[in-house]
Amino acid sequence: MDDAVLVTTIGATPWYENFWVHLAIGAVVAIAFFFFFIVMYIWTERRVIGLFQGRLGPNRVGPLGLIQSVADVIKVMFKEDIVPDKSDKLLFWLAPFMAFVPVMMILAVVPFSENFQIVNLNVGILYVLAVSAISSIGVFMSGYAGNNKYGLIGGMRGLAQFISYEIPLILSLASLVLISNTFSVNGLVQAQTLPNILMMPLAFVVYFVASLAEISRTPFDIVECDSEIVAGFNIEYSSMKFAMLYLVEYGEAVVTSVLVATLFLGGWHGFFIDGPIPLIIKMVLVFLFILWIRATLPRLRVDQSMGFCWKFLLPVALVNLLFTAARMTFFPDLSNWIVIPASFVFTAIVIYLFAGLFKPGRKVAEND
Amino acid sequence: MSLRTEEFVVNVGPQHPSTHGVFRMRFTLDGEIVKDVEPIFGYLHRGVEKLMEMRTYKQGIPMTDRLDYVSAINNNWPYVLAVEELAGISVPQRAEFMRVIMSEMQRISSHILAVGSQMNDMGSFYTVFMYMFREREKLTDLMEMVTGQRMMYNYMRFGGVSMDFPAEFVPQLKKFIKVFPKYMAEYEDMLYDNEIFLARTKGVGCFKPEDAINISTSGPVLRSTGVDYDLRRDKPYSVYDKFEFDVPVGKNGDVYDRVWVRMEEMKQSVRIIEQALDMMPGGNRFCSKVPVALHIPEGFTYKEIESPRGMLGCYLESDGSDKPYRCHFRAPAFINLTALKTMLVGQKLADAIIIFGSVDLSMGEVDR
Repeated sequence: MDDAVLVTTIGATPWYENFWVHLAIGAVVAIAFFFFFIVMYIWTERRVIGLFQGRLGPNRVGPLGLIQSVADVIKVMFKEDIVPDKSDKLLFWLAPFMAFVPVMMILAVVPFSENFQIVNLNVGILYVLAVSAISSIGVFMSGYAGNNKYGLIGGMRGLAQFISYEIPLILSLASLVLISNTFSVNGLVQAQTLPNILMMPLAFVVYFVASLAEISRTPFDIVECDSEIVAGFNIEYSSMKFAMLYLVEYGEAVVTSVLVATLFLGGWHGFFIDGPIPLIIKMVLVFLFILWIRATLPRLRVDQSMGFCWKFLLPVALVNLLFTAARMTFFPDLSNWIVIPASFVFTAIVIYLFAGLFKPGRKVAEND
Repeated sequence: MSLRTEEFVVNVGPQHPSTHGVFRMRFTLDGEIVKDVEPIFGYLHRGVEKLMEMRTYKQGIPMTDRLDYVSAINNNWPYVLAVEELAGISVPQRAEFMRVIMSEMQRISSHILAVGSQMNDMGSFYTVFMYMFREREKLTDLMEMVTGQRMMYNYMRFGGVSMDFPAEFVPQLKKFIKVFPKYMAEYEDMLYDNEIFLARTKGVGCFKPEDAINISTSGPVLRSTGVDYDLRRDKPYSVYDKFEFDVPVGKNGDVYDRVWVRMEEMKQSVRIIEQALDMMPGGNRFCSKVPVALHIPEGFTYKEIESPRGMLGCYLESDGSDKPYRCHFRAPAFINLTALKTMLVGQKLADAIIIFGSVDLSMGEVDR
């Protein structure tokens, strides 16, 4: 069943089960999905952050400002495309694509419903991790190629952060694979009769925080912190190349929210109906949560962000992996009624213990 | 094997989102750590002091508004005090109270801006800023009621103030004073309950009291180090000796203490306004004996007040004509800024930005 779509059989099956037809339809749907949600996310972000801050947000172009993004894209397209004189021309051209394409590629293994997925890879999780890592090279490339000091600082920070946070991310997914016994993304969703967030909240916390850092969202937006290094890696970009780097940011948000919804919130499983609609509802909720964080928290300093990853997130992910492995080895058939409360208690204890060990920047005594 | 490393010179400003105007700093970085900083002033130099020598005394008042445009009323005050002393003009009690009320309102609105933009520098995407501006807006409306202006109030006159409070002003102000502490509690929740805010500010940019006195800093920067000195209490001008208020003093002189001192000062300002409204006598807003063409006898004087940024002094010398012979301002932000190197060297780049923000300067005053 898993490899069924990969096998191209001619003649024996109806035309719509032909591999290439399947691929073409899937690609069109996925790309449409991707761009539609990028545009909608940009609108949502601006409106919702506006509401958080007690202002309106864009509301002039189209009903509720819905086509503001379209207007922005048109404006950006007509900007002059400037390539800095002393930049590395090849890398400068390549970087937006290097950052953009992998983000889109991740959608290839995301199951939109039980039967609709572009490619049902049996190593889907590995594919996701491998492909999403390429995108960080694009970010560093763009920071380096522009020959700008802010850009270089941003790129270096970004690279260091991506590499660090990749590890807890992978470890939390490993524990997911352990309890579901499959690497296939669709298999993971099918295994979630109850969402994974209930079964292993700790893995969810680690994955969510690490992926916030991966897509460099607040409080981990040290890559592009506009108050220090202005815009970081994309500072020298203009016109369509800038637009692509901007889309990467939101594309990553789309992909991350889809992945969180798929891996931890039950994917296409719904309360009443299965399919893309519950998936979309979940991913939008995840994105709203990301926005909530963005509207609330300031940014971590670069060393605090690193320290948080290596001193807190990584040990927590390791402990989680260890305990999950132990549970699957010794008590594989525990009832959910025990597992769910136990894992929540476990999560609370682990986070409490490790948070006590790691507190950034509390050298000075309280003064009030 | 050791890697060859190099120091890295980064230019921040004059066009930079968090330089609070047009200020320029040349950082020498070792990785993320600031090795050296060279502040470069003068991008907003308009020659205000020289211009005032070419204008009559009365025409000088609007010039002082343009010094520190965030606290215009406080800037009028030392100049007006100096002229009043040289010309021997007495101010009616009612006018003194009105000056105090307006000046304390201005102090609140200035501190709101300082703390709000501090959070912006820290990367908290405008949320705290917008929440604080909600109340600043009300204050600005109130001041507009009295003066007809929202920024350059041009409020004080020799021997009084330009406008009396309109009938609806006092009840509105009382209403504001009543609700403001609730909003203060809200801000405190947003700041002090925020772990990242604490991690970013505590122990960052520490400043010793000896250094603070040697560099002759003043205002919140001085008081945050633990030096208990406030001109309003220690060298009372106007009617400040009639009010009861505390001078909040920090302990460590870090960014947290500077924010804390500003937050506490807002509460004290509210107390002062409350008392001033109760004690305000009736009578005239203006001393009617001031001649229209003001000629001041030869002499010089130095008057200073406590502006939101520190000790704001005005040295005025008269040669007997209707124009000042020399008018010099001791701009607190400028002198606080000379402490920048002491605070910055050895800190991270990200901290450098928030330390710079915590000095709370407005370039209009620094460059004059």
